[in-house]
Amino acid sequence: MLGEGILKGLGETARNFAGSFVSKERLTTVEYPEERVTLPEASRNFPFLVYDGGDWEAGMRCVACQICEKECPPKCIYIEKSKDKKPDFVGKMQIYPARFDIDISVCMSCQICVEVCPFEAIKMDNEFELATDDRFGGLLLDRKELAKPNEYYHKIHPTEAAKVDARLAEEKAKAEAKAKAAAEAPKPAAPAAKTASSAASTSTPTPAATAPATTPAAEPGTNPMPKAAPKTTPEEGDAS
Amino acid sequence: MANTLDQILVLLKHWIVNFLPVALQPFVSILLSVIAIVAVFPALFALTTVLERKGLGRMQNRIGPNRTGPYGILQPIADGIKSLTKEDIVPLSADAAVHFLAPLVLVVAVFLGFAVLPMGRNMQLVDMDAGLLFFFAIGASTELSVFMAGWSSRNKYSLLGAMRGVAQMISYEVPLLMSSVAIVMITGSLSLVKIVEAQNQYSYGLPHWYIFTPWGFAGFIMFAIAATAETNRSPFDLPEGESELVAGYFTEYSGFKFALFFLGEYLGMFSISGLGATLFLGGWSAPLAVLQFVPSWIWFFSKVMLSICVLIWIRGTLPRLRQDQLMNFAWKFVLPMTLLNLFDAALWRFLGEGWLRWVVCSAILILAYGVGGQFGMRRKHFGRRSYRYAE
Repeated sequence: MLGEGILKGLGETARNFAGSFVSKERLTTVEYPEERVTLPEASRNFPFLVYDGGDWEAGMRCVACQICEKECPPKCIYIEKSKDKKPDFVGKMQIYPARFDIDISVCMSCQICVEVCPFEAIKMDNEFELATDDRFGGLLLDRKELAKPNEYYHKIHPTEAAKVDARLAEEKAKAEAKAKAAAEAPKPAAPAAKTASSAASTSTPTPAATAPATTPAAEPGTNPMPKAAPKTTPEEGDAS
Repeated sequence: MANTLDQILVLLKHWIVNFLPVALQPFVSILLSVIAIVAVFPALFALTTVLERKGLGRMQNRIGPNRTGPYGILQPIADGIKSLTKEDIVPLSADAAVHFLAPLVLVVAVFLGFAVLPMGRNMQLVDMDAGLLFFFAIGASTELSVFMAGWSSRNKYSLLGAMRGVAQMISYEVPLLMSSVAIVMITGSLSLVKIVEAQNQYSYGLPHWYIFTPWGFAGFIMFAIAATAETNRSPFDLPEGESELVAGYFTEYSGFKFALFFLGEYLGMFSISGLGATLFLGGWSAPLAVLQFVPSWIWFFSKVMLSICVLIWIRGTLPRLRQDQLMNFAWKFVLPMTLLNLFDAALWRFLGEGWLRWVVCSAILILAYGVGGQFGMRRKHFGRRSYRYAE
């Protein structure tokens, strides 16, 4: 019969109309600023820098190796290395970024910086309320704005953060065991091993002239970061 | 008391007019009525926009606007301020004069239509003998404004929208007129006041509205379809299909001119709903004899608002038609049915009082609807759509 479908459709919309007043489950929308949907764990938009402990400057994991800066497809990261050094999470002296800027108006959220980072220092954030009335300065985040505690990382990506923490703890334990072994070992060997290991990790971004000297020293396994060693060495080869 | 309340607006006008010299009185009287119309209907328009947005939201299981004021009631004010403060852009190659005039022509033409509508007992601007004729003549001039807007914009989407609009409006004007002619045949008058008075009678407490007759019911359905198409409402909103023509003939309009088009469109809905109520739903007469104590203008406006709500409901339900479906439906189904309805109305008149005319007139219409509908569905004129994909 002609018009039957129209009546059926009118019935359906009438049911929706009345039902939306009666049952809350029908309403699919969330009234955003007051109510929020918890974001899925895998959600991401822009990167942030992780720090350990209470002080963001002292605890920052980034060692200003500039791999992310080089790998970034839209080139939205800018890093300046520091002149001095500070101890990292295992207590070793490392360079830190004196400047670390990310222009989030350029960033395309590709996560490549996170994938290449050997130090678990840069991770993806899911903060989305970044609107600003200053489209140049307001969207250029410096290292202070980017720095967020490890606890925050645990909050937004719990599974991923737990894995990262486990790996770092393992590395730290390994480094401590090595230091202990080095301390117990005969005196003449210890200073040599110590200098070699510190040179290997700190001198990664230094000019290629020192590279041939450091790489063999790193090979025997004195480097506290096994993950870092194979990645940084080809990088240096490219640079030279 | 009930009578005073019924006539309160008329009495108020007389009271104001009596302060003035006799020579001025007719002019001021007309002026006051015009002011009332110009104030009331845009206010109703503001109410309708928020009603529509909330209603459509609910039909789609959303809440709708609720940020401006309690329950989003101040939304039209926010919209008004927004459209007033927006930049008014006129395309460089547009015909500036016609481009400027088109929205004005639309609003003026639509407002003129209200002049003959009886909005309550003794509440009409002019009681014209040919009121219905005047209404349709004025209503047809909205097509001019649509075409002016589309042509002067010098934009292909505007022109396409205008062409669609004019074709659609002319096609549906015919069934609109034809379904109203049946009323004129029965009443014997073109005056809208007389048409309402003819319906303002009661037997067994029920009104003599024309919708409660077989030909009146069929006529009302066809009038409603044609009126929906005339006012470019969904599902007949092809001339301004946002998704295909970027708003059709008012693509190149912005700021307050756009708001005027919007206003004109909603005022068109009010005037055609008012006409539909006047012709078929007894205008300002009460739906039951016992309810006659309620002022007549309340009945008129509630009938108009009820029609608006039905239009919103339909908009929330039906998808947009294709151009060929639209034309086929107008010329191959609605028009023959209205012609048959004219015959039916004549038969009703000449069969005289009694049960026979009810049976005969209903049977003719139901048969025609069933057969015509089946035939049309089978021939794919307006039935289910069949797709043929490229290999």
